[in-house]
Parts: sequence; structure tokens; C-alpha cells
Amino acid sequence: MERWSGYFQLILDGALVTIELTLLGSLLALVMAFVAGLGRLSRNAAVRALATAYIEFFRGTSIFVQLFWAYFVLPLFGVSLTPLQAGVLALGLNVGAYGAEVVRGAVQSIGKEQQEACVALNLTRWQCLRHVIVPQAFVIMLPTFGNNAIELLKGTAVVSLISLADLTFQAQVVRAQTGNTMVPFITILLLYFAIASVISLSVRGLERRLTRGLDGVRS
Amino acid sequence: MEWSWSFVWEILPTLLEGVKVTIIATLLGSALALVVGLFVALARRSDNPFLSRGTGFLAEFIRGTPLLVQLYFLFYILPDLGLTLSPLVAGTIGLGLHYGTYTAEVYRAGIENVSRGQWEAAKACNLTTPQAWRHIILPQAIPPMIPALANYFIAMFKETPLLSAITVLELMNQARSVANFNYRYLEPMTLVGVFFLVISIISVIGLRALERRFGRLG
Repeated sequence: MERWSGYFQLILDGALVTIELTLLGSLLALVMAFVAGLGRLSRNAAVRALATAYIEFFRGTSIFVQLFWAYFVLPLFGVSLTPLQAGVLALGLNVGAYGAEVVRGAVQSIGKEQQEACVALNLTRWQCLRHVIVPQAFVIMLPTFGNNAIELLKGTAVVSLISLADLTFQAQVVRAQTGNTMVPFITILLLYFAIASVISLSVRGLERRLTRGLDGVRS
Repeated sequence: MEWSWSFVWEILPTLLEGVKVTIIATLLGSALALVVGLFVALARRSDNPFLSRGTGFLAEFIRGTPLLVQLYFLFYILPDLGLTLSPLVAGTIGLGLHYGTYTAEVYRAGIENVSRGQWEAAKACNLTTPQAWRHIILPQAIPPMIPALANYFIAMFKETPLLSAITVLELMNQARSVANFNYRYLEPMTLVGVFFLVISIISVIGLRALERRFGRLG
């Protein structure tokens, strides 16, 4: 047992990196989702085209390709990223593209009468979005955002391939040093599952809080 | 760094080898996911609480943990237990099991999408349960599932680069090895991106056609 405690410390360090990546990546993804999702609904054709190109590009090419591109090819253009920065950038932009479609879908699902009410109240487009549409749409987005965050968590395992010391990487280290595969891998599977459960429980909690008092208002 | 077309032509045949393996892995993985998903969906509908709860938890677990770790698990741990799989087989099983938990949800949604009235009508017409499945429920449940299933197969396609981590010589692995060999990353990595983009754009067009033909799962 003495032997394992040091290795367990390694795995915990990895868990911290994984959590850091997940949080930073989700933050970037959330911002990108709103920017690109609302961009697709813009009245300006150039903004729409730009947002569509971003979404299609990042959804169409695989996350691995994006990660390897960020880590191996960007330095050739003079932009050197640490593995953590490359990981956050690739994960955030990738999941953000999926999130953008969620934002667009949710905003479009808000009934037209809400927009008409905004016009009737003489709200500007921005005010309408900020105070009327988004607060209603956000509740619809939440469950899918939760799923996206879990996808992002699962995506973080890939950064071990660009030598970032996350959970998966540390498990490989432990495997190489002890020759035991079963213990480190079962440990990290359980840890990933625990983190995923925390995400889905907190999203569910947030959803309950935001929909309080809305019963019967929305169908 | 300058883009070099002659290098592109030089590495193209190697990369196309990789595309072949990527497509084979996707097809085999999809076929396995179709079968696994069916069994998971049926087990979850079972009356036996151990079977339905157990499968439910297992599916939840597989869906909540990274595919990469599951692949390592299959590739490194099964040999300890006396079962050695070739990389491609281990990779296909990993993809199939992982996505099987997703396709199970599609099956479930598809079956629940058929309204109760259809079951009652089948009973009123004195059809047996197998007859009701065969003639009433499945013909209505399956068409809307097809686009949803195709959606997951496209997602699976984009996850195949993970197989490079367990030494399958698919597109990503071929690209990395030519990149490391020549110490040029720009062309191989960009080409991999282009291949993925082209194949997934084509599949998305196919998916839209399927949605038009069969409708979407509501």
C-alpha cells in the first residue's frame, strides 16, 4: 500500500489538470457558443458567413486534427502554445462550435410573439436579446450544454497525446513505472465518471433553480 | 514555413492508405454499435430490475468516460487477462461499445416515439406482441431512427484518430509518422484536416438527404 500512495498522488495531480482543462475549455466554449450562435442569427450577411464557416470547420474536422494542428503547426507560423494553451484552445473552439448550434436552436425556438412584444415595448434588438430572449432560451440550452461539457471532459483525455500531464497521461506513467495496468486505469475511469457525474448533477441543479416558478408558463 | 506541393504529392499515397483504415474502422465500429445498441436498449426495457438497472448504469459509465481510456483498457488490460487483440480489433470493439451506448438511446427514443394508441390498436386487432412489433411498431419506429443513427456514425468517424494511440495505422497515425520522418508537420496535418472536412461534409449532405427522406426523431 505504501508503494501506491506516491502513484496515487501522481494521479491526483493529473485529475487537477483535467479539471482545469475542463473548466477553462468550457468557459471558452460557452463564449464561442454565444458569439457564433448569435452571429449566425445576425442581420449582417458577412457576420453570418463568418459564424457559419467557423461552426462548419470546427464540427467537420476532428478534435484531434485541431489539437495537433494547434500544437504542431501553429508554432511554424510563429505562435507557440504550451500544451495547456493548445488544449484549451482546441477543446474550447471545438465544443464551442457544437454549442453555437444549441444557442441558435434555442433562440429560434422562442416564439415570435416574444419578439413582437419587444417591438411593441420599443426595446432595441440588443435589449430584446439581453432581457427577453436569452433568459428564456438559456433554460432550453442548459441540458445540452451539460452534455457538451461532458463531451469536453472526455475530449481532455486526448491532450495526453500532446504530452500534457492529465489523468490519462499520469495513468500511462504509473503503468510504465509499475507494470500494472489494471489499477491505474480503473482508478482514472472511476475519476472521470465521478467528474462527469458532478457536471451532470450541477447542471440539473442549475436547471431546477432557473426554471423555478416557470411551471405552466412554458409548455 | 512554405507550403510544398511536391511534398504533398509524395505523402498522398501513404495518407490514402490511412483513409482506407479509417473508413474500415468506422464501418466495422458502426456495425458493432448497431448491434450493441439494440441489446442495451432491449436490456434496459427488461422487466428484470437487475438487468435493466445494471445495463443502465454500465451504459451511463461508458458514456461518462473517455473513449481513449477505454481503448487503452481494451488494448493493455485484456492481454493481462489472457485475451490479446490486434490493434484494429481492439479499436473497433472500443468504438462499437462506446457508440453502442449512444445508439441505444436512439433506439429507445425511436420506440417511445410510437404512440401508445398504436399498441392499443394492435391489441384491439388481436395481434400477438411479436406481430405488433413486426407489423405496427417497428415500421413506424425505424425510419426516424436512421438519420439519428447516421449522425452518431459521423461522430464516430471523427473519433477514429484516437485509434492511433493504440497503434492502428489509420489516417492520423500515418500523417504523424510521415510528419515525424520528414520533420514537416504543416502539410500532413493540414491534409488530415482537409480529408476529414471533405468526408464529413459529404456525409452531412447525405445525412440531410436521409432527414428529408425519413424525417427527424421528434
